Amino acid sequence: MQELLTQSWSWWFSGLVIAATMFVLLFFGRTFGFSSNMRTICSMAGAGKKVSFFDFDWKAQRWNLYFLVGSLIGGWIAGTFMNPNMPVQISEATISDLSLLGFSEPAGLQPDEMFGREAILSIKGFALLALGGLMVGFGTRYAGGCTSGHAISGLSNLQFPSFLAVIGFFAGGLLMTHVFFPYIF
Amino acid sequence: MQFLKFILAGTVFGIVMAKSEAISWYRIQEMFRFQSFHMYGIIGVAVVTGVIGVYLIKKLGLRDISGNPIVFLPKEKSVIRYLVGGSVFGMGWALSGACPGPMIVNIGYGYTALVIVFLFSLVGTFLYGLVMNRLPH
Repeated sequence: MQELLTQSWSWWFSGLVIAATMFVLLFFGRTFGFSSNMRTICSMAGAGKKVSFFDFDWKAQRWNLYFLVGSLIGGWIAGTFMNPNMPVQISEATISDLSLLGFSEPAGLQPDEMFGREAILSIKGFALLALGGLMVGFGTRYAGGCTSGHAISGLSNLQFPSFLAVIGFFAGGLLMTHVFFPYIF
Repeated sequence: MQFLKFILAGTVFGIVMAKSEAISWYRIQEMFRFQSFHMYGIIGVAVVTGVIGVYLIKKLGLRDISGNPIVFLPKEKSVIRYLVGGSVFGMGWALSGACPGPMIVNIGYGYTALVIVFLFSLVGTFLYGLVMNRLPH
């Protein structure tokens, strides 16, 4: 039992729970798609007065905000009560690749070089997080969904548009990792 | 009480995303470098299970808890928006190491720097709404 709490969980269990999440939401009469919340929050903040894309009945989307609050709580539970303070178990090859870019060996789930206090208080560090967020937010709405809406919900329903979106996700990710990273870091 | 079930579903999702390390920037890098099966295993199992389940829901004509048929809306047919929008998303995903769900799970976990990423993803969403009529879809 102790081990279950402190060690990391396997990929197949995680995959099953993600699929189960989608099914549970379907049985609640909803669709699994996390990034819709970003549009909803913009609308709640009053963006609908200026831009018609945000002028919709966001109250019908409240269920998804509750799901968002739940995932915040889930993260807190995992980080507070199930945190082994163990470094993430990534491959030696990745550790060695990242060391060439100036990243030290993992000490937790996230690199200090990206998310540590020193990084986010530097102009470059802050700009990278801001740029990453901008691209995720812009891209996900342009593509009409994120990993949950396209890669999980869309592919499960054999939607060709979602297949194209997932190709885009990977094309962009490979470009950033293999072409831009050496210039950024 | 209506909302409690959604909070609970989100909580389970958040715990599992964190415990399987899917919220880790390092794991996303490892995936885009093809150096481990881990993330492919997670997405692969989710999709295969999802395909079988969605097929069964349609085949058996299952209904949701309110008794309504479960319907699947087809995605709008297009190419450009998915490839271009998807690529922009992918670049942001690799840089920040988090897609929208994991951003929130990370903030709960204690990685508060992800608040910056999340706030700017809202800005990005707003910018899309601002210029969407001038973009090819």
